[in-house]
Amino acid sequence: MDTSVSDIKTRVIEIIAEQAVLEPSDVTMDSTLEDLGIDSLGLVESIFAIEEAFDISVPFNANAPQESEFDITSVASILDGIEKLVAEQHG
Amino acid sequence: MKRVVITGAGTINSLGHSVPETLEAMREGRSGIGELDIPDVDRLAIKIGGQVRGYEPEDRFNRQQLALYDRFTQFTLIAAREAIAQAGLEFSGNLAARAGVVLGNSGGGMTTLDENYRTVYEAGKNRVHPFVVPKLMNNAAASHVSMEFNLKGPSFTVSTACASSNHAMAQAFQLVHGGAAPVMITGGSESMLCFGGVKAWEGLRVMSKDGCRPFSANRNGMVQGEGAGIFVFEELEHAKKRGAEILAEVGGFAMSSDAADIVMPSKNGAARAIKGAIKDARLNCSDVGYINAHGTGTAANDKTESAAVADVFGAHADKLLMSSTKSMHGHLIGGTGAVELLACIMAVRDGVIAPTINYEEPDPECALDVVPNVAREAKVDVALSNAFAFGGLNAVLALKRFA
Repeated sequence: MDTSVSDIKTRVIEIIAEQAVLEPSDVTMDSTLEDLGIDSLGLVESIFAIEEAFDISVPFNANAPQESEFDITSVASILDGIEKLVAEQHG
Repeated sequence: MKRVVITGAGTINSLGHSVPETLEAMREGRSGIGELDIPDVDRLAIKIGGQVRGYEPEDRFNRQQLALYDRFTQFTLIAAREAIAQAGLEFSGNLAARAGVVLGNSGGGMTTLDENYRTVYEAGKNRVHPFVVPKLMNNAAASHVSMEFNLKGPSFTVSTACASSNHAMAQAFQLVHGGAAPVMITGGSESMLCFGGVKAWEGLRVMSKDGCRPFSANRNGMVQGEGAGIFVFEELEHAKKRGAEILAEVGGFAMSSDAADIVMPSKNGAARAIKGAIKDARLNCSDVGYINAHGTGTAANDKTESAAVADVFGAHADKLLMSSTKSMHGHLIGGTGAVELLACIMAVRDGVIAPTINYEEPDPECALDVVPNVAREAKVDVALSNAFAFGGLNAVLALKRFA
């Protein structure tokens, strides 16, 4: 699988945009999920799509999002987390 | 309208294989939750559950029966045998013609489904056992109870996810209360602790990997359980006439729908069901001494439920006791309200309040007396049992000490 950093970014933004029913160009690095109108169920669905896209396992518990190792504060932090997970799990 | 009393109770769950065993575990604050012992557990992220232990189906049922009884049906029949034996009822003639069985469950024969999917998809076989359909159908348990005990009146199954048993018991109550049936067998069961069942729940990211800690600030999700709880609901005069022992009176119930979200709970929907049950039982808020909480141990449920209780009861919320026995037996999904009704019976009949175990850190958003970790003695006249299901379907029952 081609998992260069720019490919990861493109694919993650596509997934988030699809969930938010927006164009990828509307998703910026500092957007929060709230800004994008993604609720808790939408987040869980996005994480599933990300896991499937990169064949990784994302440690995320909807009960304690702040305690999960996976930071969902913004698109940038989500992308950061995914890059790390891809490197750890496929490195 | 007829008064409705409970004259028999039965159960099998991770805390015990009978009502006395279960109540003893609740009094002692024991946990039935542990490592799951199921095929392919190594492929699960969630490896714990409230499994029924030390249970050999072959000890309770013969080979022909087991060919037809999924695990949820087995649990139901074991609990029904205990409940009906305690009630001392035999169903024949007019009583048999009018008595029925209303049960709740959510997943039906999920173990059967799981095993047979393995057969056709994993093992690639093109043939399954001929009884797959009658074994897995959601009404199988209710039907087998009707057959084993000769119940020929109104019988059906209610499926409203985590509120299934409470909705079922509300229907049974209504049938006896309105005079349609002198006796109804009711409650519910669940058995989805199989690979596919746990895997499906895992996907939602609401399960805890390490334990069920309702109302505790460090809670991190629900833990599934399995089992059954079955009761005999009987019209008071019918019970008195035959000198039956009365465990408690069912005062009333209410149901409501959030009409809002498929998974997130609503304070308003929960509050309306709680308020409605109190009103239906012709009681005041101040009469309620104990609430068996829905208390799943998820972030969302526990704070929403606490807020709903605070709203309904006002200042009285600080006086009442509310515990989640899911901390001990896990979340039995469609069967959970039935097992939890046992804690309500123990509260009104024995004056013992089952604790919320694993309570470690107070949460300001759940600032009620949740009977942390240790059971407590308290004289309780009225107990409520809350159930708030996915899909926003709520059902609350009111139980009264029989006097």
